[in-house]
Amino acid sequence: SVEKEAPGGGADGDDSLYPIAVLIDELRNEDVQLRLNSIKKLSTIALALGVERTRTELLPFLTDTIYDEDEVLLALAEQLGNFTMLVGGPEYVHCLLPPLESLATVEETVVRDKAVESLRKISQEHSPVDLEVHFEPLVKRLASGDWFTSRTSACGLFSVCYPRVSSTVKAEIRQHFRTLCSDDTPMVRRAAASKLGEFAKVLELDYVKSDIISLFTALASDEQDSVRLLAVEACVSIATLLPQEDLETLVMPTLRQAAEDKSWRVRYMVADKFSELQKAVGPEITKNDLVPAFQNLLKDCEAEVRAAAANKVKEFCENLPEDSRETIIMTHILPCVKELVSDTNQHVKSALASVIMGLSTILGKDNTVEHLLPLFLAQLKDECPEVRLNIISNLDCVNEVIGIRQLSQSLLPAIVELAEDAKWRVRLAIIEYMPLLAGQLGVEFFDEKLNTLCMAWLIDHVYAIREAATCNLMKLVEKFGAEWAQNTIVPKVLGMANDPNYLHRMTTLFCINSLSEACGQEITTKQMLPVVLKMSNDQVANVRFNVAKSLQKIGPVLDSSALQTEVKPVLEKLATDTDMDVKYFAQEAISVLALA
Amino acid sequence: MSAISATEKVDGFTRKSMRKAQKQKKSQGSSQFRTQALTELSPLPQLKDAPSTEQQELFSQKLQQCCMLFDFMDSVTDLKSKEIKRATLNELVDYVSTNRGVLVETAYPEISNMICTNIFRTLPPSDNPDFDPEEDEPTLEASWPHIQLVYEFLLRFLENPDFQPSIAKRYIDQKFVLQLLELFDSEDPRERDFLKTVLHRIYGKFLGLRAFIRKQINNIFLRFIYETDHFNGVAELLEILGSIINGFALPLKAEHKQFLMKVLVPMHTAKGLALFHAQLAYCVVQFLEKDPILTEPVIRGLLKFWPKTCSQKEVMYLGEIEEILDVIEPTQFKKIQEPLFKQISRCVANPHFQVAERALYFWNNEYILSLIEENIDKVLPIMFGSLYRISKEHWNPTIVALVYNVLKTLMEMNSTLFDELTASYKSDRQRCVPCPSLILTCIQNLTGVQLWQNWI
Repeated sequence: SVEKEAPGGGADGDDSLYPIAVLIDELRNEDVQLRLNSIKKLSTIALALGVERTRTELLPFLTDTIYDEDEVLLALAEQLGNFTMLVGGPEYVHCLLPPLESLATVEETVVRDKAVESLRKISQEHSPVDLEVHFEPLVKRLASGDWFTSRTSACGLFSVCYPRVSSTVKAEIRQHFRTLCSDDTPMVRRAAASKLGEFAKVLELDYVKSDIISLFTALASDEQDSVRLLAVEACVSIATLLPQEDLETLVMPTLRQAAEDKSWRVRYMVADKFSELQKAVGPEITKNDLVPAFQNLLKDCEAEVRAAAANKVKEFCENLPEDSRETIIMTHILPCVKELVSDTNQHVKSALASVIMGLSTILGKDNTVEHLLPLFLAQLKDECPEVRLNIISNLDCVNEVIGIRQLSQSLLPAIVELAEDAKWRVRLAIIEYMPLLAGQLGVEFFDEKLNTLCMAWLIDHVYAIREAATCNLMKLVEKFGAEWAQNTIVPKVLGMANDPNYLHRMTTLFCINSLSEACGQEITTKQMLPVVLKMSNDQVANVRFNVAKSLQKIGPVLDSSALQTEVKPVLEKLATDTDMDVKYFAQEAISVLALA
Repeated sequence: MSAISATEKVDGFTRKSMRKAQKQKKSQGSSQFRTQALTELSPLPQLKDAPSTEQQELFSQKLQQCCMLFDFMDSVTDLKSKEIKRATLNELVDYVSTNRGVLVETAYPEISNMICTNIFRTLPPSDNPDFDPEEDEPTLEASWPHIQLVYEFLLRFLENPDFQPSIAKRYIDQKFVLQLLELFDSEDPRERDFLKTVLHRIYGKFLGLRAFIRKQINNIFLRFIYETDHFNGVAELLEILGSIINGFALPLKAEHKQFLMKVLVPMHTAKGLALFHAQLAYCVVQFLEKDPILTEPVIRGLLKFWPKTCSQKEVMYLGEIEEILDVIEPTQFKKIQEPLFKQISRCVANPHFQVAERALYFWNNEYILSLIEENIDKVLPIMFGSLYRISKEHWNPTIVALVYNVLKTLMEMNSTLFDELTASYKSDRQRCVPCPSLILTCIQNLTGVQLWQNWI
């Protein structure tokens, strides 16, 4: 629609439409942000206009705004996907096609993808007739567009209309897809390759065999590795669709070739999709073909590939056919795994370390002790902290099979070293495993070896570590109980209240905040509260307002007499503090604890 | 640490590059997916010592010998064979550059085979996944001692006076070019430099490959812009294109215009623009010098993609706009002056002083000044508000001084208009009555039904 001259005044204004008028006005505002806001409320506008005017006026107007900023277009593309009811339901849903068609041709990828997503969505709302009359012609137009963008978009639309059209149209769609698979521009071939799997799924089996396989083979030997690697993804879907007896002739030659591709990106993709591929081709092919392929990937010259394969070791072994699983692992996989333990690349080692413990459940106690344990121990001593961490974080798997005691001798030095690592993120990571380790190692071992570490973290110079350390204490108390807390950690925590460093004094308060609930009323009232109250006279304002915060936090654990006789006077005093923040938090505590 | 100088520390933070430099040793990478078994090389007699009847045969043997690939990531193995290959390559380079009549037809496939085997490879994954070309040291190609000589050989081969494109085109074909172009993604700047010269020679000598080369560069750029945002050789490819564009015949073909509008202009949105902006701006200006009609769409394109948050990029855009204005025709200037000066006025008011400064420098350009003067009645009203406000408000004294000069220049161009604008600016400020929204006024005249038609 075009702008029309406003008719002369006279009629009364309608206030209820005022907000709509503002939104409409803003659709054309110079400020992108305002246009964006307005587009995001497009459904409100449409609702107010009613279905007919939305169809006849709003949509043509929107089709014209296609020259807007990409941000606005993205929002528009998304909105239109939910517009079916607003244009009058499925009967009229095809009205949404023209603006979405233009959006599907713009350069910016996110806009295009969103338009395709919306088109896919509304395709389901078309009747079979409308699909052939309106939707399929749009797909054809896009598929034969001049510029690569429209052809790329078309690739994503074939599979949604194929199942619901007549066989003549189906043949046309297949033809279009074939053409795009051998398109001149690699962008389009990539788009086609990435949709090959999903298109295969909606095709009749005969056409999968005749059409899809030849396309798959061609894409898998494309001159560009970025296309070939996408064919590997499609391989999973295609292999799933075909009957077992056809896999060997139709899929395996291509898959074998991909596993030995000269580009590491393609080999990486094979390694990355290995578990899916394994499931798709079944146990026999796995035994004969995938095992050697997997061995090669584990020994690949490129570290990225080895790391991707190492990540799959556990899953691959788990999914091996049961009758030969142990033999295959012991004779074929384990030798490669042993080599990876001393790989030159730390990403490879750390990928392996994140899954290797899982092998123990598959191999059972004896094999684990004999073959895997040396590897775990070697990795626990690895120079790279991430490798050690990955081992420690998966201890539970080993614990189930052989018990953690076997490892504890080596575990301790590894933990201590990580606990003192120069990188605070490493220290943080190990703290997070402490409760788990404590549970597996038992309270005695913990008290003897690890308690000191846990307390040392409380005075770490990085706040994040101190914070994690307090949280860790709470989890330990939940595990070992209040009595243990009273004997081992509470005295140490409270002792820090007299530390000359105010940061340490504050740590006492933070610990109390997180421990009071787990420790219960008695310990909180008798041991913690006096310390907190005493600290209300601290010289440092930060400590004082943290006292107020702590009192607010532990208040619910205390009984009402302690609150009235001990907490209230202190908070009242703090509420008259010279420091603004102290006052603020004291007053907040008073009102939250209802002591006013 | 003494490695960090006082100037580096001035803001309390050490630069990423400085921090990295301390721990990072020169990194090297290489990717040869070996399929052939390695056999030890044994030295062959020198070509120059061989009787001329046997030279051709020996040349071919040496070419074959150089097809053996070695693992340079492992610096201790095959030292002897590596040295033999290096010496042989050196000899081959010398042989094709100093001798005439050595490029017989049968040598072409062997030469091509040796070159392809050595240089065409999948580039290794980057050592550093967050590689930042502006900050980080590139990973160098480990097998450079050999690859360099192979490139050298390829160049001498192409430049040899006996070189015959009609024979060579059987080997230097589309596939060859495609693989060559993929190598431009190499992180090693030495390799990209060779590739640039090689591709340039091929473009010059093989007329049949020109369109193909342009199309593939086009594809690489589109992938760079819309898919990966990463390609190391953009600057080198643009540099080649710069000279290609220079040679385009007039009128420009639709293909070339499309390349400008759909590839070069959107390329300005790339994250790493700083790495190739000079080359990109050169290409754009080349186009506009060829065909001035393109000026308007190009400037509108730049305005569409104008950076919203990156000041560094804004400065680059302004630099490019000035380069374009340097060659703009006055008729074209009139077509874009309004949107352009709206943007310039926003830049002048930018709180980042480098952006403001770069925009104000336009007024030091004689040609631009003459264009402004010619159109002062259009330009001045657009610029006035910003300039006037900035002269009072900008935090940076240099900017304020520059703005005063600009205001003075503009005043001299049309003092009547300047006075009018000053007066109305001041009275606007004084009144300070919020302008009643247009929509409010209109709403009162409308019924609900009419509303839509009026706002659409």
